[in-house]
Order: sequence, then structure tokens, then C-alpha cells
Amino acid sequence: MTCTRCFSFAMLWQNFLLVSSLLFATVGQAAEYQLEIRKETVNITGKPMQRITVNHQFPAPTLTWTEGEEVVVQVTNHMNEPSSVHWHGLLLPGYMDGVKGFNGYPGIEPGQTFTYRFTVQQNGTYWYHAHTKGQEQDGLYGALIIHPKDHEPVHADREQVVMFSDFSAETGDEILANLKKSSDYYNTARRTVGDFFDDVRDSGWKLAWQHARDWNTMRMSPTDLTDVSGYTFLVNGKTPQQNWTGVFKLGETVRLRMINASAMSFYDVRILDTENKRLKMTVVQADGRNVEPVPVDEFRFGVAETYDVLVTPTENKAYTIVAEPIDRSGFAIATLAPREGMKGVMPEQRSRALLTMADMGPMDMSGMDHSKMTQEEMKDMAAQMRSGWAKTGAPRGDKLLSYADLRYLGKQNDVREPQREIVVTLGGNMERYIWTINGKTMQEAEPIALRYRERVKLTFVNETMMAHPMHLHGMFVQLDNGQPAGKLPDKTVVTVPPGKSYSVLVTADAEGEWAFHCHLLYHMSTGMMNKVVVATLNDEQTPAPASLPVQTKQERAHAH
Amino acid sequence: MRIKNMIVMLLLLVVATAQAHEHDAIFHALRLEIDAGESRENESVANWNLNGWIGGDTHKLWLKSEGTVSDHETESSEAWALYSYNAATFWDLQAGVRYDNRPASVAYFVAGVTGMLPFFVETEAHGFVSDEGDISARLHLERDWLLTQKIIAQPYFEMNAFAQEVKALEVGSGLSDAKLGLQLRYEITRKFAPYIAVEYERSYGETVDYAKRRGEDDSDSTITAGVRLLF
Repeated sequence: MTCTRCFSFAMLWQNFLLVSSLLFATVGQAAEYQLEIRKETVNITGKPMQRITVNHQFPAPTLTWTEGEEVVVQVTNHMNEPSSVHWHGLLLPGYMDGVKGFNGYPGIEPGQTFTYRFTVQQNGTYWYHAHTKGQEQDGLYGALIIHPKDHEPVHADREQVVMFSDFSAETGDEILANLKKSSDYYNTARRTVGDFFDDVRDSGWKLAWQHARDWNTMRMSPTDLTDVSGYTFLVNGKTPQQNWTGVFKLGETVRLRMINASAMSFYDVRILDTENKRLKMTVVQADGRNVEPVPVDEFRFGVAETYDVLVTPTENKAYTIVAEPIDRSGFAIATLAPREGMKGVMPEQRSRALLTMADMGPMDMSGMDHSKMTQEEMKDMAAQMRSGWAKTGAPRGDKLLSYADLRYLGKQNDVREPQREIVVTLGGNMERYIWTINGKTMQEAEPIALRYRERVKLTFVNETMMAHPMHLHGMFVQLDNGQPAGKLPDKTVVTVPPGKSYSVLVTADAEGEWAFHCHLLYHMSTGMMNKVVVATLNDEQTPAPASLPVQTKQERAHAH
Repeated sequence: MRIKNMIVMLLLLVVATAQAHEHDAIFHALRLEIDAGESRENESVANWNLNGWIGGDTHKLWLKSEGTVSDHETESSEAWALYSYNAATFWDLQAGVRYDNRPASVAYFVAGVTGMLPFFVETEAHGFVSDEGDISARLHLERDWLLTQKIIAQPYFEMNAFAQEVKALEVGSGLSDAKLGLQLRYEITRKFAPYIAVEYERSYGETVDYAKRRGEDDSDSTITAGVRLLF
């Protein structure tokens, strides 16, 4: 061995070390996370079942990131079916959004690892979940908390993640197969002959017959509130019996980062003290975006929404966090207490709402002769004009959160008037369990094309009897909730009540293909989904409204 | 044999079409009812009835089979395979084949509709052309009345009509027979429901003469108990 060779080898080695350490230093700036998806036996309700775990946890672990950091998440699929992970509400390159068939994202095949890598551009309360078949129902969901880079405008002494979900003894695929056999498969409150006679007793033969005739002619059911029942409702993966408990010290202000990670369930959320009185919640954030504080007693929690609320318990006692599903089929229950092992009051189940004609959409009153109506009939008509869906059963005088209360904290950057309006009609065929956007399922629909930086108004028209939590990936939408332009709140999900319309404004500032869908899992998988494409187009390529798959308001008017 | 091949061909065609149109979204809903009991004349009776589909939202393969065993002899037995196309919210258009091996071996072409009338009346209306060129039709109506969430009364009505006399089947032209029944079931689950059913059946027109010649009444009633499965 000669010395020169020895020397050069040492030099080479030194160089290698230097270069690689530099490389590692760069990589080292990115926080790395590993998520391992498996099918494993979990025992939530006392009966062992095969469900999806992430890093052996059910539900998936909470990820905590910081705004501005570059994250690298390696997701490995150990199941024998394809999977995916989607970051709900995050602003990121389309390829990292995690929806197969969008921006070339391939999904994660069995045995494969997909590496997500992106810079975190926002802060707030978010979540992540599968975007493949029924896997979100089966456990692939977790909380995602992003802390601000520097200033945190929300002051709290401590914070807790409170994630609600609906756990089923059946898998997501089984539930979908059953809904396809019969859309009322899970309706345990179908109208009976007895209900008709109760109605006769309450309002007389004539009105009872009128109601029955109306529903029967439309071949619809006033009890069709939710499509799936039989759920056990969980808080952070715990049943009401297991009673997840968040600990506080008296005098502290606690920030509850509430996430509705349910597949299908809307809730009415309230916090009760030992005297059954409501603890004030101050809403400070909605869908990850800070809002001006709104004190409320209760709020309705749409699927996939998040709300951050501040509470200040005034006694050294146990408080009960109550999330009651709108079909009143149980509770998600958790406790806030000075120490573990305490239990607060148990709430009484409120009565189930019955849908009315108002939930069917605008009524045609032209044929009615009000002068000939009896007092009974007038009263009945008034009752039918009040939405059954909106009735929460909250005590009179309680402040319920309304979308109209939400005001952006600070001032929106884009306050332009919309350049055009796109009508998004939400429809369905309950006889076949098909859900549609503008009359078409995902397979049939043409994508909605938006020009880069275009400002668009999306007007949802809900022609169905169910509320639809509509979600656009990749961009926030601003609720057109009557607040001044600079104060319109950002949302990732907007709940459109049955029979109602609601508008949002979008600044199309994220290039790529984005999923646009109802966040009720089985509505999305049976068609209520479309693709929004944001692209830089020259003038010839600019889609004329008439060539779009969606109708403009004028066209709609013509069609009628 | 020819009819079997046709059914297999139809099946492949429908599933292929459905798959091509809707990717992996193939579902199914099949209802099977099997019951046994007695007739007014104290004869034993047993019935089977399969009705359902395999396919996607728009294109389906619709399968039906029904029959009656009376006094240990198969009185009627039919098997259907239809292509079913979703034409309107509540309605499917259907076309396909039907093969009966009792009371006589006859193959039919079938065209018709299935769907739901207002007031939740499940409706099936089909026309048939037999391999002998005979034309006939059938209408079936049923409706669920919920007594409770679990106990459901289902009245049903069915009638058959022929455009001509068919000697092989011992039916005359015009309305040949009609039946009216009531099934009372207990839904232990939506997929498993035991039931009892009463049914009144009657022949009309020349078909009555055929029945009389066989030494049978122009009407019969049965009471049966059975189970209804959904899969």
C-alpha cells in the first residue's frame, strides 16, 4: 500500500463525511414523522373487531406541527388493500393532498410507503384521514394541531384536543353495501301506522291525511335525518363509559380544540355543570382559522368541521362535555374535571327532530287561499314552514352559534367582488342511494374549471332533505354570511341545511386539481363529489359559463 | 340449453357494462323468501321467491325466481334474468328472458318496468312473448305498512293476463288469475325476518273451466310461515 493512495482515500472519505453531514443538516431541518397503517384487533365497545390503526393506535395519533416548518411524513400501508392519507384543510401542493386520481397522487398500495413533504403554511386545529373507500369510518383519522410560528392570539392556560367520532360494529364497506340494498336500512324511526293515528289525534283527520299524502306523494320520509345509525359515539377514541377526562385547575382558561371526525354524524355540543347549567363556550376559531370571539351556550357541529372554544370552569367540580347526535341516538360524552375519575351530570336525551315541508325547499304558496283556512290549518302551516332540522331542542334563551356570528379575526386579504357565480345543486335519489352535484355523480360529472386567482361565488342549493357539509380541498372558502367583506370567515367545510341555499366566496389561488365533496362519507362515495381544477388559462381557454357543467343563476331561471 | 347460454351471456354483458361505466362500484340486493304451509283443502304448500339485482347505479342484472310446490309436486317454477336500466328516479326499464319448467317448459322474452308508485307502492309490470309466440302480462304490487319498527304488514296483489288461450298452460285468454295476500313479518334484523302469510288466489274466464276439468276449485287460499332474507 502506498502512502499517496492512502492519503487520497482518506481525503475522499473526509469529503464524503463532510458532504453527507451537510446533507443531513438540511434534512434535519424538516421534522420527520412515520405513520404505519395496519389492520389490527381493537376493542372499543367490549367486542374485539378488526379495524385500522396508525402506529398501533386507534384512532390515529395526534400530530403537532409548527407553522413554517417543513414536514416529511412517511406513510406505510401494511394492509392488503390500497390506502391514502389526506390532510384536511391544509394549503399544500396538490400532489401532497392525498386523493387518488387528483394531481397524479397514486394512493398507497399494500406494502408501499408514500413520503409526504411540504412546508406548513398555516396554524390552527385540523385533522387528517383516509380518502379511500370506507377507511375513515374504520379508524384512519387523527387530530392535526399546528402552532403559530410566533404570535398566538388565543390566550389559554392549557389546551385539550376533543375529537368526536362515530364508531360502528360494521365496517365502512359493509355500511355502504347495506345502504345500497335499502336506503332506509339504518332508519330506526320510520313512520308507523301508529304515528299516523297520533297525528290524527293531535291535529285531526284532515291535516294528518294532508301530511301523509304530501310525504307519500313525494315518496320521502320525514324521519330521514341521518342515513346510518347504531353508532357508538367516541371522544378521543373513548366511549361515554370510558369517559375521556380533561383535567383543569380552578381559575384556568382551557382551550378545547374540538374536531368532528365522524363519518356521518352531526352533533349539538354543550357543556353542563353539576346543576345541569350550561358552561359558556367562547368560539375563537372555526376550521383552523381564528375568528373574533363569540360566546355561546351550544353549537351545531357539522361533519369535518373544527371549532376551538375557550372555557373557564368556575367550580372545582366535574363538567360534562355533551355532543348529542341529531338523530338523538345516544351521546358522545367527556368530562372536564379537577382530577381524573370524576363524573358530572348525565344529560337527558332530547327528542328527535321531525322534518317539515320547510326542509324540502321553497314552498309554492300561490295556489293557497289563506282566507279559507281554519285557525288550526294556519297554525299547522306555520309549523310546516319552520325547519324541523334547525330545531335543536335547546332551552329557550340559550345562545346557539350561527354561521352569521363568525367574523374573521383581522382582515381578509381578498375582498374583491366575485367575477362569476357557480350554482352547485345538491341532489340525491334515495330510492337508489345515489347522491349528486348538479344532477351528476362523480363518475358522470365534468370538472369545474376555475382560472388561477379568479374570485368566484359558489352558491349551494340543497334540494335534498339532509344537511350536506360541503368541503373544498386546497383552499379556504369565505362564508358569505352577511359580515363586511374583510370580515367574512374562512371555512374548509360549509354545512348547507336541508332545502336551503348558501353562498361562499373562493379565491382560486391554489393551482391543481382539488376534490370538492360532501363530507358525509357515504354521500361522497355514492357520487356527491366533483373535481375543481384551478389552472392558468389564456383567454381562449377561459371557460364560458355556458360550457360549464354547472348552471349560472340566469340559466337556472330560464330553466324554470 | 339455449336459454341457459343466453342467461350466462346476459349476465356477463350486464356486469361488464356496469363495470365499464362505474369502475369498482358493483353492489347487490337480493331478497329470498321461503315458506311452507297448508291450503284450504289441507294440501301442503311451499313457496320460494327470489327477487333482486347485481350491478351499479344505472345498469343492473335483475334476477328473479319463484315457484310453488303443492302436495309434494312442483306446480310452478320460473327463473328470470333481466337487464335493468335506471331510466327515472323511481323507475327501471327491463328486458331479458324468463324460463319456466313447470307447469310446462316454456321460454319467454320479457320487457317491462319495475319501480315505486306514489304512496310507496312497489310495482312490477312485465309483458312476455313465449317461444311459441304467445303473449301474456303480469302486474305485481306490494306495500309495507309499519305497525312498529319491527313488525311490518305487507299486502300484495298480483295478476296474470293472456292475449290468447294457451292449452299447454291450461289458461284462457283475458285475465287468467289474480292473487291477494298479506304477509306479516317480524324484522329481527333487516336481513332476517320470519313471517306468516295468508293468500287468496282465484282463476277467471276460461281458465276456470280448465281448473274445473282438473277437478279443482276456481279459488284457493293458503296460510304459510317462512323466512325472508336480504343479502
